[in-house]
Amino acid sequence: MLNNYLEKREKFNKALDNIALKLWKVFYDFFIECGRVTIFLYDSLRLIGSQPKRTDEIIRHMEFIGNKSVMIILLTGSFTGMALSYQIFLGFQLVNATNLVGPTVALGITRELGPVLTGLIVSARAGGAMAARLGTMRVSEQIDALEVMGVDPKQYLVMPRLVAAIITMPLLCGIFDFVAMLGSHVLCIQVLGLDEAIFWDKIALWINPKDINEGLIKSAVFGLTFATICTHAGYFTKGGAKGVGEATNTGVVNSMVLIIILNFIMTNLIRFYYTLTGI
Amino acid sequence: MKKEMAIEIKDLKKSFDGGHEFVLNGIDLQIPRGSLTVIIGYSGTGKSVLLKHMLGLLKPTSGEVNVLGKNIWQLSEDELVKLRCSFGVLFQHAALFDDLTVLENVAFPIHEHRRYLPTREVIEMAEKKLHMSGLDSKHFNKLPGELSGGMRKRAGLARALALDPDILLYDEPTTGLDPILTEMVDNLIQETHKKHTGSTTIVVSHDLMAAFRIGENVVMLDKGKVLLQGTPDDFLNSDLELVRKFVDKGLKKH
Repeated sequence: MLNNYLEKREKFNKALDNIALKLWKVFYDFFIECGRVTIFLYDSLRLIGSQPKRTDEIIRHMEFIGNKSVMIILLTGSFTGMALSYQIFLGFQLVNATNLVGPTVALGITRELGPVLTGLIVSARAGGAMAARLGTMRVSEQIDALEVMGVDPKQYLVMPRLVAAIITMPLLCGIFDFVAMLGSHVLCIQVLGLDEAIFWDKIALWINPKDINEGLIKSAVFGLTFATICTHAGYFTKGGAKGVGEATNTGVVNSMVLIIILNFIMTNLIRFYYTLTGI
Repeated sequence: MKKEMAIEIKDLKKSFDGGHEFVLNGIDLQIPRGSLTVIIGYSGTGKSVLLKHMLGLLKPTSGEVNVLGKNIWQLSEDELVKLRCSFGVLFQHAALFDDLTVLENVAFPIHEHRRYLPTREVIEMAEKKLHMSGLDSKHFNKLPGELSGGMRKRAGLARALALDPDILLYDEPTTGLDPILTEMVDNLIQETHKKHTGSTTIVVSHDLMAAFRIGENVVMLDKGKVLLQGTPDDFLNSDLELVRKFVDKGLKKH
């Protein structure tokens, strides 16, 4: 009886040890990966301004990240604005506060939904393409070829993408905010019959430039985040076509998760900063 | 008189798993300037790893790699970049940039390292290199994906020659090619070596007959070490069992 109990206890302890070991490995790998990505980011960012300047490459990537995402941002922005407005209208109707629909939508869009949705959409579209492109270049030895030619692959391939993402994301976020508010306007005024003057008057009263800035700053950080994660995943791709697929998947999923987590952290940090400085 | 060496490798060891298993296990190798050397061996013997050490793409676990008299791991980043300009590499699958045309591919290294040159001159130089490697001008504005295997090799060779390198490296240039193309590439290697007097050519291959056909100096690797270095005749007359096996298999194939 006692032997049986001791045996079971030993098994249980071993199982616990295994779980603890696996958890430790997951955390260990996570921190090692964070370290690698940070070093990669530092190595790439310190190349900004180095010779040759790569202005053409930066503009080419801005066109790819920015121009080619405008249509999808216009679509998602306008429908998000309309859907959010309708839900808020339904809620506020219950407490007879429909005149606050405009500013509530505007706050939600400019501070949160604008930067987060822009980040998620562009990371899926442009980030995935970045990881796949660099991954293909790695497995087909094109990155080795660059290095052998005496061209720094990080300076030629990574740095321009990071800079382009940092510059382009706030612009896309601004477009998202604008069309989302247009969508909200169309739904609230034309469909739900709210008063146009009150709608815009309340927005002007409640929304400050700092709210818009908050979203734009966030979107620049999200741009840097997805560009770093995706280029890192692509740059260190191993294996053939399978490796490229895995790198693309890893890059997109990790950037999306990180954008959501970073959004929460940044919201708190920015609030804290505003409280501290009394803005 | 002592021969000047293009590449000198001393007791080179490389492990990817912290010293448990060595892919290169004490390589000692000297490649004279101006020679045409072929490095052969079964797959997995460390040929490509050795090549990457010569190019400074991999850092040795221990040992020395001297290129044109300089220990490459004692050079600063800028010096290493300069040294790399003295290499021209033809990769196994040519590694052409697939978003650039053939002409842009060849012009790329010239433009990167000679930014003072006007675009017109860069293009003329690139066209000259493409003509030298035997590619017809009607293919110059095609993307690499639109070319056949042989044409891609020619374009890759033109890019490798773009900066008039002192050392030309070919990584498995005939792998996956049919016998006619293989012979064409072998002839191309020989012709290019003859045209560029003074330049050193290193070919990494597992094709013994090609090694005998083109190589003046043949090096055979086994288990991360140099098994034999010598002329094709030295290989044919060797008593080493592994060399005999490799030679017999190679001769049977042809």
